Amino acid sequence: MVKVEFLGPIAKEPVEIDAKTLKDVSEVLKQDESLKEWLETSAVAVNDKLVSSLDVALSDGDKVSLLPPVCGG
Amino acid sequence: MLELYNGALDVAGILKRWYEEESKSNYGAFIPFIGTVREEDGIEGLSFDVYEPILKSWFETWQEKAKQKGAKLKMAHSVGDVPVHESSYISAVFSPKRRVALEMIEEFVEDFKASAPIWKYDLKNGKRVYAKERSTKIKGSGILYG
Repeated sequence: MVKVEFLGPIAKEPVEIDAKTLKDVSEVLKQDESLKEWLETSAVAVNDKLVSSLDVALSDGDKVSLLPPVCGG
Repeated sequence: MLELYNGALDVAGILKRWYEEESKSNYGAFIPFIGTVREEDGIEGLSFDVYEPILKSWFETWQEKAKQKGAKLKMAHSVGDVPVHESSYISAVFSPKRRVALEMIEEFVEDFKASAPIWKYDLKNGKRVYAKERSTKIKGSGILYG
C-alpha cells in the first residue's frame, strides 16, 4: 500500500492505495470526480521528490503527494 | 538558512539579525526583498500553508547555486494568518559583489513564486479562500490526469 496525501487547498484526508506504479495511483484517483480539477493542475511528489512521469515504481509504504498550484510570498 | 514563523514576520528583527550574522563575512552586497500584505479587494489578510520537506529541498538547491557564485541566501516565510500591512516573506542575498546579488534576488524570488510549495488564501469575512487565480502550477503538473 502507498499513502497518497493531498496538500494545501485540496482539503482531503490521505488515502491508502494498493499501487505498483504511479499509473495505478492515477487510475484510482481518476475515479474520484471531486479530484478531477486537482489532478489536472497538481504536481506530484514521491517520498518528497517531485516526479515528471507516471513510470515510477512504487514500494510498500511510499508516500505520494499532490501539490496544487502555488503562490508563496 | 530557511526560517518559518507562525503569523506575521518581525521584519526589523529578522533583517537586523541577518545583517549581524554576516557583518564579518566579507560580503560587499546585502540585498533583501520584503513582501508585505497589501490591503486590496477588502481582504483582512492572507493565510499560508507550507509543505516543509519540499520547500527545504527547493531552498537547499538554491543555496548550492548561490554557493557556487560565492553568495548566500536567507529566507523567512509565514505559516498561517498574516494581517494586511504586515510581512509574510523576506528573502535576501549576500554576495561579494553587487552584480551577483542583484541578479540572484530576481531569479530567486521569481522561482520562489513559481515553485515553492506554499499555498495562499485570502482572509475575507473571516473565511479562508484559496487564491486560485494568483497561483501557478508547478512545472510538470497534471501527470496524474494524463
